[in-house]
Amino acid sequence: MTTTPAERLTAVGIGLKPVHVPRILTEGVPLDFFEVHAENYMVPGGPHPRHLDRIRERFALSIHGVGLSIGGTGPLDPAHLDRLDALVRRFEPQWFSEHLAWSSHDGRFYNDLLPLPYDRASLDRVCDHVDQVQEHLGRRLLLENPSTYVALAASTLDEGSFLAEVARRTGCGLLLDVNNAYVSGINHGRDPWDLISALPPAAVGEIHLAGFAEDRDGAGDRLLIDTHGAPVDDAVWALYRRTLAHLGPRPTLIERDQAIPPLETLVAEAERARSALEAAAFGAGEAP
Amino acid sequence: MSRAETVLGDFASALLDPGRPPPTGLVTWNGSDPAVRFAVYRNTVAVSLVEALADTFPVTRELVGAPFFEAMARFFVAAEPPRSPVLTEYGDGFPDFIAGFGPAHALPYLPDLARLELARVRAYNAPDAEPLGTADFAGQLADPDRLPGTRVTLHPSAAVLVSAHAVVSLWAAHQGEGRIEEVDPCRPESALVLRHGDDVLVLGIPRGAAAFLAALAAGTPLGEAAEVAACAEPGFDLIETLALLIRHGGIAAWHPPGDPQQ
Repeated sequence: MTTTPAERLTAVGIGLKPVHVPRILTEGVPLDFFEVHAENYMVPGGPHPRHLDRIRERFALSIHGVGLSIGGTGPLDPAHLDRLDALVRRFEPQWFSEHLAWSSHDGRFYNDLLPLPYDRASLDRVCDHVDQVQEHLGRRLLLENPSTYVALAASTLDEGSFLAEVARRTGCGLLLDVNNAYVSGINHGRDPWDLISALPPAAVGEIHLAGFAEDRDGAGDRLLIDTHGAPVDDAVWALYRRTLAHLGPRPTLIERDQAIPPLETLVAEAERARSALEAAAFGAGEAP
Repeated sequence: MSRAETVLGDFASALLDPGRPPPTGLVTWNGSDPAVRFAVYRNTVAVSLVEALADTFPVTRELVGAPFFEAMARFFVAAEPPRSPVLTEYGDGFPDFIAGFGPAHALPYLPDLARLELARVRAYNAPDAEPLGTADFAGQLADPDRLPGTRVTLHPSAAVLVSAHAVVSLWAAHQGEGRIEEVDPCRPESALVLRHGDDVLVLGIPRGAAAFLAALAAGTPLGEAAEVAACAEPGFDLIETLALLIRHGGIAAWHPPGDPQQ
């Protein structure tokens, strides 16, 4: 049996930006997959999904949802589940992922990944939602750890235990966003490694890397903002290499949604991830 | 109501209302003021939704300037937050909101200009349909007796906008076509918005052609639609209007009398 490039654990990809599509199609790029936000392709027709068809002919895809509100208290939106189903049927992505967060409440959509209390009631609800998504789409979901700026007094579980338990109960996979682990670690005065080491290694199916912006909180301590608007920080690269040494290689994506640089810049960051992945795959220690 | 419903409900209510205090139940590891951290969420929500509107209404934004646009859009976001996570559909109510927004009344053409921009985005994302080409019409046009009873299905992307203001010229001036100083904003203009290939066209059309296309879109046969158009504008030119439609891929189907799909 042969494996496609994206099935290899050392696969690398970047977020697909419409501005880069013509060059990707005419010149090609040394990447294994592209990731798109599901909601951007939920349109009746037109050039946008047609271009994605052409990308899909040559590359694997990761479809990344930002609007399902899995961590919300209300029921999942059945219309949105149907839209996701249509999307995964048309584009047959290698992975479908969503977030441990909420974005809708009481019929309003806030377009942000908002924090939920980590307690037993939330755990039951998130597991029900994940079950429902996996059943509706007939495929495994990867659930991503969020960046958070506040903690909720109602939480009784740490984030790593919460995610590990969701994966154990539902059989879902996890998307480990190493930048989010770092951002949340700094923002809550915790060691990011506490989260990463709590996750069951076999469940981690994909890794995200991105850049953050730096601010200060009311006490003058570092407050990191997950902007996806900067290169991956050196501290996150270091945490990524440590993660690979612990988990082994995992398909890795460079995310950039703001201040989009030239295609070469993103490809160079993906190549840096590939070096680290290959080093981890061959047990050759840390990549430069 | 469960505890989580209360927590998320308070959180949600405070997100779009800067006048409300942050929700209770937020904690910080270092005892710092949670309001500073909650402001990150407030800012992300408002800024990202204003950016979604700016993507749909770029010329509206240029006409009023970025600070005015942002202030106006923030009022709209707070009044009409999205109901769906599909943000390409967000902003349907924005032109009407602009029409009712007092500080924008100095630019009376602004609501229609926003309607034109909204039509462009809708056209870009409209369902696909293969337009009929010139060859498809050769036989049809050869039999003029059948034309008056023929019904036409316009391309799903086609939209007609009739305005009391020069919205087509104003929009074109912001694409580098023509000088904005030479546009008389009080001149009435009509537009046909249409996707052709990967491009969305904004075609200035006479008042009669606009009435004609609106009638066709409503299912009126060609002959009757042409009468409607001639009432709207005595100089209405049927052949020229049909040629424009065909040239830009504006017709998806053609149903002569007796066609089973009539």
